[in-house]
Amino acid sequence: MVPPASSPRSGSVTPRVVFPNKVLPYLLVAPQLAITLVFFYWPAGQAFYQSMLRQDPFGLRTKFVWFANFRKVLADPAYLNSIKVTVVFSLATAIVAMCVALLLAVMAEKVVRGKGLYRTLLIWPYAVAPAIAGMLWLFLFNPSIGSLAYMLRSFGIAWDPLLNGTHAMILLVSAAAWKQISYNFLFFVAGLQAVPKALIEAAAMDGAGETKRFWTIVFPLLAPTTFFLLVVNTVYALFDTFGIVHAVTGGGPGKTTETLVYKVYNDGFVNLILGDSAAQSVILMIIVISLTAIQFRYVERKVHYG
Amino acid sequence: MATVDLKDVKKIYPSGFEAVKGVSIAVPDKELCVLVGPSGCGKSTLLRMIAGLETISSGTVAIDGKIVNSIGPTERDIAMVFQNYALYPHMKVYDNMAYGLRNRGTPKDEIDSRVRATAKILELSALLDRRPRELSGGQRQRVAMGRAIVRNPRVFLFDEPLSNLDAKLRGQMRVEIKNLQRSLGVTSVYVTHDQLEAMTLADILVVMNAGLVEQVGAPLDVYERPASTFVASFIGAPPMNLLPLSQGPAGPALADGKTIEFAPANAVTLGFRPEDADVTFGVEAPSGALVLPALVEAVEPVGAESFLHCAAGGSRIVVRVAGRATATVGNQLRVVAKAEKLHWFDQAGKRV
Repeated sequence: MVPPASSPRSGSVTPRVVFPNKVLPYLLVAPQLAITLVFFYWPAGQAFYQSMLRQDPFGLRTKFVWFANFRKVLADPAYLNSIKVTVVFSLATAIVAMCVALLLAVMAEKVVRGKGLYRTLLIWPYAVAPAIAGMLWLFLFNPSIGSLAYMLRSFGIAWDPLLNGTHAMILLVSAAAWKQISYNFLFFVAGLQAVPKALIEAAAMDGAGETKRFWTIVFPLLAPTTFFLLVVNTVYALFDTFGIVHAVTGGGPGKTTETLVYKVYNDGFVNLILGDSAAQSVILMIIVISLTAIQFRYVERKVHYG
Repeated sequence: MATVDLKDVKKIYPSGFEAVKGVSIAVPDKELCVLVGPSGCGKSTLLRMIAGLETISSGTVAIDGKIVNSIGPTERDIAMVFQNYALYPHMKVYDNMAYGLRNRGTPKDEIDSRVRATAKILELSALLDRRPRELSGGQRQRVAMGRAIVRNPRVFLFDEPLSNLDAKLRGQMRVEIKNLQRSLGVTSVYVTHDQLEAMTLADILVVMNAGLVEQVGAPLDVYERPASTFVASFIGAPPMNLLPLSQGPAGPALADGKTIEFAPANAVTLGFRPEDADVTFGVEAPSGALVLPALVEAVEPVGAESFLHCAAGGSRIVVRVAGRATATVGNQLRVVAKAEKLHWFDQAGKRV
């Protein structure tokens, strides 16, 4: 980290604050640094350390095994299955959440009366806690008491998320996407408002119908928003959906909806295989870091125009 | 190719605000009609109604004799150059120009030849692979023009297309637009608040104020015979000198009490252009002319001409003199304007 006190102004447009005291700037950033160190770096370091340890079933002896846990985890068919489940779940959730949100946002633009109310109502689901959202969907689609499950059955669909893995995944994706739609909606509405009206008018005069205008002008101009949301949604589906998975399927039936995050919890806190669990955490960490790196690379460069 | 006819066109917003209060204009084929007026006079709204971007509250807009009120902008076959150009930022110059043709299902090779031919006319050939953000203001302006021209539409609309350019470029583009419009022979409607642009471009000049047309005519006719005090003060720079008259015992009189014998009885405002008056230091005055004793308060030398700001007849007036002014601040002199160069306006501001 560069101490702000001695940094020269060259090359920078924004004027920097210059401290006369050499120690003060460090003191001022100390609380932030302390929080980061205690709550982020320390646990991360611990996880990394633990990932190289192996304990006996009673937790009496601990052995340092280098990368053996990683080798074991990556060779485990259950883990590979979990990766597959996670990819399917994350992509499906991100795509469903974004498509529905975009559709709603485009429609909300057309609302003439009560636009504000309409938008506010669409944002509410975001305030619902994940576990509650999960329960809601669980009840709605419960094969024995769910009203929507009843409807599906009356259409001749043998709906059973408790036994059918695909049904469980659909349920999970619906619950996870439903919660994220509000957030995406908000960003898409903002993104749509940022598209200059004159461009749409120009396209209309250029003979483009409404659908054509959307796909050739509006959608490309939404690219920065879409890309940002794609990253946010993927990260959400990857890491923030523990509550929903836990409430809706608990990773079942079998292991058909066991995502990576859920497996970390299962192996570590239920099965108490701490070494494996820590190794999985580290792998997850690497995934997050790479995703973030990709995001920054693109956001820095901005898929932006004008 | 096309005529544009507006009949008693009105625009009333849901809030009740009447932006355009009944305008009738006929633009003959191949002519350039300029709508000029101060901001908020309804000229842009009128243009947008011709374009189909605003609904028409009442009255009719007809293109080539066919009423287009209920036809959307997509089907009107009109091209518009927007004030901020409205170029598609994610498309290259080539695609910006080809967009309208593609939407109309023009064959690919024809699109290519038309885009390249248009680019050549506008000297954009070297820029076809650039994106709008990589262009200068003047170049963007050209692309916006190109996008309109390439489609070969029935009507061109211009919404203050030069207002984002610097003065020099504006002068240059003004000439270019005029030449292009003439050589292409496309009926055009051009909106501006710049009276110089309006004067130089227009075949038909429409002066608008507060949602109404003040005067329609050839630019020089409007200049020489302004229909109202508004037109008189809006067209021409510096504007026409307007002196209030009051009803004296022997007819209309200036604010300083001097009666003007040859004034029409109902005139309440006297006007003359800065270039229609001479200054003289002598005492002898020609008969049948307006003679005002004046005190020079400021001198503005512009180079080829100078403007004398004077206090005269109880008002402040501007007089143009050729070359360097011999008068200096504080000089007492006489301003002489020939009677036939005087304009008279009545109580309602209308020409007498």
